[in-house]
Parts: sequence; C-alpha cells; structure tokens
Amino acid sequence: MLIPRLPIGDTVEFAVDWIEGNFGTFLDLTSDKLDFLISGLKDALLFLPPELFILGISLFAYFAGKRNIKLAAGTAFGFFLIHNMGLWVLSIETLALVLSSALLTLLIGIPVGILSAKNDVLYHVVKPSLDLMQTMPSFVYLIPALIFFGLGNVPGMIATVVFAMPPAIRLTNLGIKQVPKELIEVADAFGSTGWQKLAKVELPVALPTIMAGVNQCIMLSLSMVVIAAMIGARGLGYQVLFGIQRVDISMGFEAGLAIVIIAVVLDRITQKLSPR
Amino acid sequence: MNKNIKLEVRNITKIFGKDPQKVISLLNKGLSKNEIFEKTKQTIGLNNVNFEVYDGEIFVIMGLSGSGKSTLLRCLNRLIEPTGGDILIDGKNITDMDPQELRSARRNKIGMVFQNFALLPHRSVLDNVAYGLEIQGIPKEERYSQALEAIETVGLKGHEHSRITQLSGGMKQRVGLARALANDPDILLMDEAFSALDPLIRGDMQDELLALEDRVQKTIIFVSHDLDEALKIGDRIALMKDGEVVQIGTPEEILTEPADSYVSKFVAGVDRSKILVAESVMKRPEPLVPINSGPRVAIQLMKDHGISSIYVVEGKNRRLKGILMIGDALEALKTGKSLEAVMIPDIPRVAPDLPLNEVIPLIAESQYPLAVVNDSGKLLGIIVRGSVLGALAISGEIGQDEIPDGKASEERDSGENIPEEKPPEKMVLIGKNEGEAGPPPAGSGSPGSIINNGIDSGPVPVEAEAKNEAPAKAPARSDAMPGPEVKTC
Repeated sequence: MLIPRLPIGDTVEFAVDWIEGNFGTFLDLTSDKLDFLISGLKDALLFLPPELFILGISLFAYFAGKRNIKLAAGTAFGFFLIHNMGLWVLSIETLALVLSSALLTLLIGIPVGILSAKNDVLYHVVKPSLDLMQTMPSFVYLIPALIFFGLGNVPGMIATVVFAMPPAIRLTNLGIKQVPKELIEVADAFGSTGWQKLAKVELPVALPTIMAGVNQCIMLSLSMVVIAAMIGARGLGYQVLFGIQRVDISMGFEAGLAIVIIAVVLDRITQKLSPR
Repeated sequence: MNKNIKLEVRNITKIFGKDPQKVISLLNKGLSKNEIFEKTKQTIGLNNVNFEVYDGEIFVIMGLSGSGKSTLLRCLNRLIEPTGGDILIDGKNITDMDPQELRSARRNKIGMVFQNFALLPHRSVLDNVAYGLEIQGIPKEERYSQALEAIETVGLKGHEHSRITQLSGGMKQRVGLARALANDPDILLMDEAFSALDPLIRGDMQDELLALEDRVQKTIIFVSHDLDEALKIGDRIALMKDGEVVQIGTPEEILTEPADSYVSKFVAGVDRSKILVAESVMKRPEPLVPINSGPRVAIQLMKDHGISSIYVVEGKNRRLKGILMIGDALEALKTGKSLEAVMIPDIPRVAPDLPLNEVIPLIAESQYPLAVVNDSGKLLGIIVRGSVLGALAISGEIGQDEIPDGKASEERDSGENIPEEKPPEKMVLIGKNEGEAGPPPAGSGSPGSIINNGIDSGPVPVEAEAKNEAPAKAPARSDAMPGPEVKTC
C-alpha cells in the first residue's frame, strides 16, 4: 500500500501564512512593544558615559560577589577593553537585546516552570515542546519570526527567546519538584495557603536551581546574537557577520572577543547572585 | 490527668491506590492485606483504626516501619487524606472541613514536629520559628516576641539569629519544636521527632519533652519506632502492626498484659525494671489484723493461712501500723501485752509508683516484704522477692534475639539508661533467698512461695542479664560482679 506523502511542511507554511494574515495587526503591535523595550533599554544604557557605566557595573559586580574585588576588577578591565576597541555602542546594543530577551524568557519561563511542576498534564504538554525548541535548528524558526515581525531586533529577540526558554523552564520545574517533601508538609501542616507555600517555601528553596536557569538563559541568549544578526538584529553579532562577509579577521575577532567578555561578566555576576 | 477526650479517631482507613472502594469491599469480605494486594495492587495503609487521646497526655503511636504509624499521624491533620472514617478534635470533625476551616485548624489547633527537622534552610532560627505566625499575618514585632518566647522555652535563647546550617541536630529539633510551640496549638504531632538524633541527645530531648509537657500541658501525639522511647515518654501507647492497632494501653499494661504474641514478642527486649513500678508487682496484703484486736485473733489468722507474720493495720482505710511476727504474738498472749506493743512498727514502705529498679535494692536489704502504701498511709499491697523476680523473668524467657527493633539495643549501648548496679543486686537477692530460706520471710501468702519463686526464676534473670550485656559494658560490670557471682555459683 502506498502511503501518500504527508504534507507536514506545507501545513506549517499554511499555518504561518494564516497567522500572519489574521493576526498581522496584533503581531505588528507586539513587535512595536518589544522594539520599544529593546531600544528603551539601549538608550538608557547609552545615556551613561562609558566611564560611568564601567564604574557602575564594576561596583555592581563588587557587591553582587559580596565584596569580590577580583570580579570587580575583571569586569572593569573587560569593559574598558570593549570601550578601547571602539565597540562600545555595538556592545550596549547587544547587551540591551540580550537582557530584554532574557527578561522576556524568564517572564514566561519561570511561571511555566512552576505551573508544570504543579500540574502533570501541563508538564506532559510542555516537555515535548521543550524538546522541539531545543533540538530544532534555530535557522528554521528564523523564517517565521521574520515573517511575523519583519526585519530587525524583534525577530532576533523572538528567536532568542525560543532558544533560551527550555533551560529556564526545565530548571525552574526541577527546582520546584526538588523541594523536599517534608518542607511541603511543613508549609501545609502550619496552614499555609497555596501562594504562601509557593512564595515562602518553594521558591526560596528552589532559588539556587532557578538561578542556574537564569544563568543558562542569559548565556544562551548571548550565543544567539550572531544568528539573530542574520535577520537584522543590530550589535556585535552584526559586526561579526560583517567580518565574515568581508573576510576581515581583525573586525570579526574583536567583535567576537567583546561578546565573550560580556558573556563571562554576565555569567560570573549571575552566578554570584545565586544563593547557596 | 483529667480524662477529657481531646481527639477521637473513628474507623480511619487509608487505602493507597486508584480504586479504594473496591479494597474496602474486599476488606469487608474478610480478605487479608496480602490477598488484597495480589488482587488489586493497592496497599492498605490503615485499616479501621480507632482510638481516643485525652487532654494533656502523651500518646505514643508505636510500630515498626511500614506499620502505618506515620500515615496515621498525617491523617490527623490531613496531610494525608484518609479514605474513610472520622477524626474529631474537641468534637469537631476534621475530615469534614473545607480547605479554609482546615487551614485554620492547622494554624491554631495542631502543631507538628518532623523527623528530619524540616527547617527552612533560607531562614534564620527566629524566622523559622515565626513561620506559623507569619502566614497568619501577625505583625512582625508581635510574631517575633512570641517566637522568642518559644525559642526560650526550648532552651535556644541566644541562637535566634543563627543560620540553620550552623546548628547541631539536637538544636535543629529544638527549633522544630519551638516552631510548633510558637503557634500555641492544643495538640502537638511529633513524627519520630527524636529518631534522627544520636542516642545521648535523644535521651536528653525525651527528658526535656517530659519537663516541657509538665509546664505547657499540651496533648502530644508522638510517633516512634523505638520501644524504649515509647515506654519512657508515653502516658499511653498504641502499638501498630500492618496498619492496624494491636493494643492500646499504658506502658505497664503493654508490658504486663500483652494483647497477643506479637506484642509480647515486641516488648521482649525491654528492661522491665525501668518500666514496672511497685504497684504492678505487689500482692494483695491478706490477711490483715486490725490493731485493736487481741493476739489470739492474730495467731488464729496466721495459723489459718499458714504464715509466720502478719501486717497490722488501723481503721477502715487500712493505715499500716507495723508487722507482727508469730513469736511475738505468742509472747503477747502469755504476757497479755497489746498487739501495738509487740509488733515491729519500723518496716520499709514504698510508694506505689516507685520504679522497680529502685524497689530492688530496698527489698534486697530488707528483712521483711516491702509494704506498698499510698500518701495517706493506706496499705495497698506488699512486695515479696518472688514477685519482683517473677515480673523481671518474663523478659528473660523470651530472649534478646527477638527484639523486633535494633534501636532498642542501640539505646542500651549508649550507656546512659543502664542502671549499672542492677544485675549484681539481682544476684545478691537470689543468693540471699537461697541462704536465708528459713527465718524472716513474708507475712502473707505462703512463705514457701518466695523461696520457690526465688529458686525457680533465679537462673532466668541471670541468663537474661548475661544476654543483655552489651560487650562494651562487660569490663565495667565485672568489677562489681565477683561477690554475688560467687554466691550464685
């Protein structure tokens, strides 16, 4: 018996067209909002002169690391290097994109993680979706992102959110599920409401694991900047892409180094923010 | 203790599985737990449990792991929903409550202390203790002052700002206890609260719990798998097996009147001398002679009962005056003296609640049986050597190997609870009985029975002691041994 070829690809394409056709205005509106978030953050960060920004972020690193002078010095040196390479504005653009993507990811990911830890049905729906998000090559969803949100920062952000979401959900889910049963019993036995149990017992106990999710989420967001640049996201990723196209080793390497510096600093700071 | 019923458990059943009703119908048909598991793959956690807990008592639920004791405790505040049955606290049915009422009952009526402390690791001692008050929305200052009070009650003053990770096990459980006390609940549920502590600390905590209970007068329901612990702290004990309550009773009742072979096996390894009290081994003090009767009456009574001494009492409420020996009675008959003049008034008396391990040295020194008298001087009974040995011998017959629980012997090894002097004294006693078979013995019963008892049961306690002996203890004991040991052999 001959099984006819299943029109999977066509169906998806049809669905994408249908969504674009019917929700176009909504998507445009969303796009505007997200763009406003990114450029707002960028403008805010650029408002400070670089020297002041470097001082500020170093101080933040110093106190986040509980008076960690090494971390503060490293941060200052890294950002000074970026400034020195003349990549300041591009780096801030990247930072704004990464931070807003991570923010959006966590705003969705943490609640979904909590809900899926409490609700088995939801968990069984979420789990295969996460597998799909993690294994589907990111280029594949660049195309619909492009169709929905047009060229620019926003589709880059959406692609980043899709890519960075799984660890945020998974680790939040894991953290909540790992709260010892006895502590849940304590919360119940003393008459906590569901919210009190969540806020005063589950989240604080799960916090180290959730923070690991936050850290992973930021790191994955950073790793997407070059790919996001392919659909018009600005910043260091675009610079790297430019370097590749022109076979300009110097330009590519400097931009790549700036990405690494931002990555390392963000990684260390978020790790230090996590309680043990 | 007043006997107001604080908590009543009626027909509580808990089935773990998807179709509990089916299991219940099978249970009603009389199938066993195993048969039901084979058929339905469902487990019976609790099967028709009934008991009452009185106001202000410590009620111990005791059993091996898997007997359902923790499940039962969790049913009491519905951390586990019972499949069927009612739980009444102050007459109010917990099982009928909606979530709001249940929450309020948990906040105000029932506190809980957990086996592994279950402290919130991100909070300080103070904030852990104040947790129950915090979720009730009590303002910070008020809840802190209440929490501080509870911290002081459990002896942790000065540690309120410590982090949980800085505390030792014993201190952690004090925090757990303070947290439960801070809400000022009527009922404290304690789930193996001291099991995770090492034996020395455990003993201290038990003592402190008893002291605390004297001060705060809570109703405490304590789950334990450690029989020694249960016997030590329990006013009453419910012994569980396979989800059913096998026996409920005071520690003494459990020891002296085990409901079935399981219970008697369970209690076999217990050091009875710590649990049994004078009252439980005494005999009826018969016959007695009133102090105002003549010597002739006394002699006749002794003759009728074949005894050589008799207790002299006064009045309707049998105030003990002394003991009359047959020789002295005959003397009185000749000289016309009164009983009061010839009796021996200075005889050893003990209170009815004196533990047996304190009775033993007294009876070993005494020439006469011990008289058990209450506060007003009423003669309740007498203790002869034979009955002491008889009571202790029961444990020896069953043997140490069958203690169902390793903890019991572990506790012994710790050394704190072992009455060191005891074994030699028991042997002294036996030696004496054999040596002095003739002159002084009992005023009641048959004098011969003491000697017989002594000899018959003699070897048993010796053997039991030998088995009881933890290896580590041996050297310490052998120092004390030689004298008596020579005598026995």
